Amino acid sequence: MITKPLHTKLLYGFILLAALLLPLYVPDPYMFQVVIMSLIFAIAVLAMNLIIGFTGQASLAHAAFFGFGAYGVAIMTKAGISFWLALPAAASISALIGLIIGPPALRTRGSYFAIVTLAFGVIVWIVAGNWVQVTGGHNGIFGIPRPTPIPIPFIGAIEFFDQPAQYYLVLVFLLLTLFIMHRIVYSIFGLTFMAVRNNEPLADAVGINTFTTKLISFVIANFFAGLAGGLYAAIIGAVSPSVAAHLLTFNFLIFLILGGMASLAGPVVGAFAIPILMELLQDLGHFRMLFFGVLLVATIIYFPRGFVGAVRQLNDKIAARRQAKS
Amino acid sequence: MELFLQQVFNGIMFGSTYAIVALGLTLVMGILHIPNFAHGHLYMLGGYITYLFVATLGLGYWPSLLIAIVVLGFVGIIMEAVVYRPLNEQPHINAFIAAIGALLVLESAVEVIWGPQGMRVPNPYPHTFEFLGIIMSVQRLLVIFGAILLIVLLHLFLKKTLTGTTIEAVAQNREGAMLNGINVNRVSSLTFFISSGTAAVAASFIAPIFVISPAMGAIIGMKAFIIVLLGGMGSIPGAIIGGYFLGLIESLGGGYVSAAYKDVIAFGALIVIFSIKPTGLFGKKEG
Repeated sequence: MITKPLHTKLLYGFILLAALLLPLYVPDPYMFQVVIMSLIFAIAVLAMNLIIGFTGQASLAHAAFFGFGAYGVAIMTKAGISFWLALPAAASISALIGLIIGPPALRTRGSYFAIVTLAFGVIVWIVAGNWVQVTGGHNGIFGIPRPTPIPIPFIGAIEFFDQPAQYYLVLVFLLLTLFIMHRIVYSIFGLTFMAVRNNEPLADAVGINTFTTKLISFVIANFFAGLAGGLYAAIIGAVSPSVAAHLLTFNFLIFLILGGMASLAGPVVGAFAIPILMELLQDLGHFRMLFFGVLLVATIIYFPRGFVGAVRQLNDKIAARRQAKS
Repeated sequence: MELFLQQVFNGIMFGSTYAIVALGLTLVMGILHIPNFAHGHLYMLGGYITYLFVATLGLGYWPSLLIAIVVLGFVGIIMEAVVYRPLNEQPHINAFIAAIGALLVLESAVEVIWGPQGMRVPNPYPHTFEFLGIIMSVQRLLVIFGAILLIVLLHLFLKKTLTGTTIEAVAQNREGAMLNGINVNRVSSLTFFISSGTAAVAASFIAPIFVISPAMGAIIGMKAFIIVLLGGMGSIPGAIIGGYFLGLIESLGGGYVSAAYKDVIAFGALIVIFSIKPTGLFGKKEG
């Protein structure tokens, strides 16, 4: 177990406090909505990070699994099922589909795996747009109920109609996801993921079942992608095929790469900062994607570990210089 | 019967486009082992360059096509030098991610300049006629015969000229080619020039028939990728046969089964075939 230095702990504590107090200082409801969205995306990107960043398998079907969660919650809650049942059910369906598609897809490697998963994602997107009876076709599904209130004895109930409540709901799920990802990554399991990423034949040679390892990572990633999608459906109140489109996968990828692969902070930083940055740059219109495209290429060439990786490098350099002086 | 023949005719036309686009991609992937996922977007840009010169600047169709080839060729060279060369030593997946960045740049650049809506290149040969009950147009025949001509020319170039054989030499053995004094970087640039230039030809041929839009690159790029992976990376016959095959299947599937789901065919076939044979139909080495 790696213990963090004190100033890092203080930083994390400060960020947590800032997150808890956010409803007090967020400038307007629109920005608040953007923040809530970015926290949902953070859950999805953390999941993507598990399969791409830690296990080294570029799954480009991520938005499809986000879509399974979103459509799952949308269809189930509209049929009258409680959100608290529909959400884990939808996430489990997403994981189950991952378990079915994983074995054939994971037989391929590298770019082949990327293209196979991308092809799967495109099929899901096309089906979502055309299977009108179930998905509502290109219009999608509207009027999805908000998360069911949680009754609390004597006090009343926690309802999710206003933004602060929705924000805290998403924040709780994000912290939960972070906690679970932390437990996974720093367990022996997480080490096998990284072993597979770093050198698959070697991992195989030391007795790791690389196929099962990749499949487990894929299924967990898809569970959390589905979870994020389910939250998205209930909070936005509408889903359309764009939640399963490859463009959303590419957006997740931008968040992941710019924030920093293979760290737990990177996906959260990327998913939180970039949507806000995109909103602030709204006047630039299509120039924004031009900008982010260039940034993606530059980052993968010069800082393959993204923002967080670059900060860590800088940190290490400063520490090394201090040590050299003393 | 007429419907069938019409679908076959359209299938061959789409197949011609797929074959050329896949051919350009297989050159790059087979020779440089670069997963140029932005290839479809180069095709899209080629359509827009033709549009710029034909519709906006009022140049003739053929000069515009030539200009589009040259412009795209240089875009390809720049892309190789700026995006892919620095990632030569990195895992392939990084190049793949960089390609996604590159395609976002191309797509949004076109959106910035021409807007997201579809555009139509004026048709130079709008004349239509009936033959065996099939409705044909001169432009559609141009797509088909132009593709054949391009394939033949490319074949002659690769097999009969010295410059062409250096490309094949690098494909067969990179180190060996270097030892024989072949400048591998120059071959890379040349390959990208040809690859992007042929994509521009494919787009310019078909642009007068259909509407061009910034989003059209993504789907055709993925299909070309699928054709190349299934036909074998670097395999020219694989790309050509795969291209025509996909065009026919899609056209017949779209006509007889479901037009909305015709794109599923290519992607579904990829998943099925890869789950049976993870290295592709003719694949030898893993990428």
